[in-house]
Amino acid sequence: MSQQSTKKGELDLPVSLRYKETRREKNGVFFRKKVGWLFVIISVIAITIFNFYPMVQAFLLSFQSGMGGNLEYVGFNNWQRLFGDPTFIAALTNTSIYLLIQVPLMIVLALFFSVLLNDPKLKFRGFFRIAIFLPCVTSLVAYSVIFKYLFGIDGIINQFLLNFGFISQTINFLADPFWAKVVIILAITWRWTGYNMIFYLAALQNVDKSIYEAARIDGANAFQQFFQITVPMLKPIILFTSITSTIGTLQIFDEIVNITNGGPGNATISISQYIYNLSFEYTPDFGYASTVSYVIVILVVILSIIQFRVAGEKK
Amino acid sequence: MKNLKSIFIYTFLSLAAIVSIFPFLWMLVSITNKSVDVTQGRLIPGTHLIENMKTLFATVDIVPALMNSAIIAIITTILTLLLASLAGYGFEIHRSKGKDIVFNILLLSMMIPFAAIMVPLYRMFGSISDTAPFLGIDSLGAVILPTATTAFFIFFFRQNTKMFPKDLVEAGRIDGLSEIGVFFRIYMPTMKTTYAAAAIISFMNSWNNYLWPLVILQSPEKRTIPLLISNLGSSYAPDYGVIMSAIVIATLPTALVFFLMQKHFVAGMMGSVKG
Repeated sequence: MSQQSTKKGELDLPVSLRYKETRREKNGVFFRKKVGWLFVIISVIAITIFNFYPMVQAFLLSFQSGMGGNLEYVGFNNWQRLFGDPTFIAALTNTSIYLLIQVPLMIVLALFFSVLLNDPKLKFRGFFRIAIFLPCVTSLVAYSVIFKYLFGIDGIINQFLLNFGFISQTINFLADPFWAKVVIILAITWRWTGYNMIFYLAALQNVDKSIYEAARIDGANAFQQFFQITVPMLKPIILFTSITSTIGTLQIFDEIVNITNGGPGNATISISQYIYNLSFEYTPDFGYASTVSYVIVILVVILSIIQFRVAGEKK
Repeated sequence: MKNLKSIFIYTFLSLAAIVSIFPFLWMLVSITNKSVDVTQGRLIPGTHLIENMKTLFATVDIVPALMNSAIIAIITTILTLLLASLAGYGFEIHRSKGKDIVFNILLLSMMIPFAAIMVPLYRMFGSISDTAPFLGIDSLGAVILPTATTAFFIFFFRQNTKMFPKDLVEAGRIDGLSEIGVFFRIYMPTMKTTYAAAAIISFMNSWNNYLWPLVILQSPEKRTIPLLISNLGSSYAPDYGVIMSAIVIATLPTALVFFLMQKHFVAGMMGSVKG
């Protein structure tokens, strides 16, 4: 816009003011379009440097091998090595077991709790809610150490089971390949169920109560109401929590290291712990460690796509 | 029938509550007992609390570890709040096609497993160790930097910004505030609840972070609380009363933060869920 046309349109305003106004407008619109980028630019750069760039680096590393800093390209050797590596196969199997049992168990429990606690007529609602959420305030390392002691051979769980006659002699939970996995699954479920429950409770508050009223009049029982109203209504949030839980469990590290340290043998080792061991415990092999880490990346991508598909279909 | 159902519900919920609370009770009781009593499964408070605390502070470097954790958690939280809220605000208020694409790409980083980028990050910080020791391996700066900006918090702020009345931005502009001025003078004070919720989550994440500090910190005097507890937990001749005391002290800050700000926390989570 030129000064000429402005003068024509707004003759009653003093010249100085008019001139200022228009320039400010013009610059303002242009500036406002670009200034948005200033708000986001630091985060974009930081995430690129600390997330995307290392991802590319890890991909390149996965084709290299050597001790410590002396790395050279070895083609697909690392990828072939995966299939013949018993520790990797153990880590992959264990992580899959944790995932397949723990995530569904936790989500069903959390849904169940949230439905029960959503009933306004329930007594001690606040107490139950806080109690079930309480485990979330503990750090992963702290609760892992506590679970390790609870399930130790002279731990309180063993004494409880003995005293009440459930078992005749103590079980060395953490030295038994089967029980050690059970303890880890129990531990993760204990820590995270309340966390997921809060999401469902929040979502349930947005569900219109009259839908349940109508269903009850139509003769739907509690189970039908749960599966035909609650679950479909909460689908987006169930999808969200199952994806975050899947990603979390695939990366499980703190609990394994602090409860069993991967033992007995490699009976509880997880993929993340194996990557850590390959990089920082054994003679460092950053190349192969990166190859193993890409297995987690691939699993995360595949599982997320599947979960999105499943959630999409049922709609 | 109805009675049976409510008996079942209350039994079930009570069991869940007992299972959830029991480890806490055991922990709190154990800090008052001798190590021998703890292993014998004593569930009654004892009189050994002061001795346990004395031994803890005398034999374990818990104070430096608490300091390290506090420094890291506070700086990380401030950086996270500032950067993520700026970005979340920018993506939502100054929305454009280009920024939406960038935002979606950033969200993809939430799917990157930390174990996958841990080795390249370690090498990255290793390469700057000589030129910038305060950001290199074994520095608190290196613990903070990669965790201070995460797509999760940008997403969190953007979701909450959807509820922010856009008229206020326009009003601020008319009043002559600059774009940055609108953010600091109008947006920040209005979004206190969102900041509170993000602060709780960020502080807890940082306080409890284990893997990255384990990788990057090497000298014992730099250890954070989770590293210290992990170390205590794996000792061969554990003094249970003392270890439990360390765990209780380590859990207190996050538990306090959570209970003091519980309302903000749930409100913030709901805001991010509603979309």
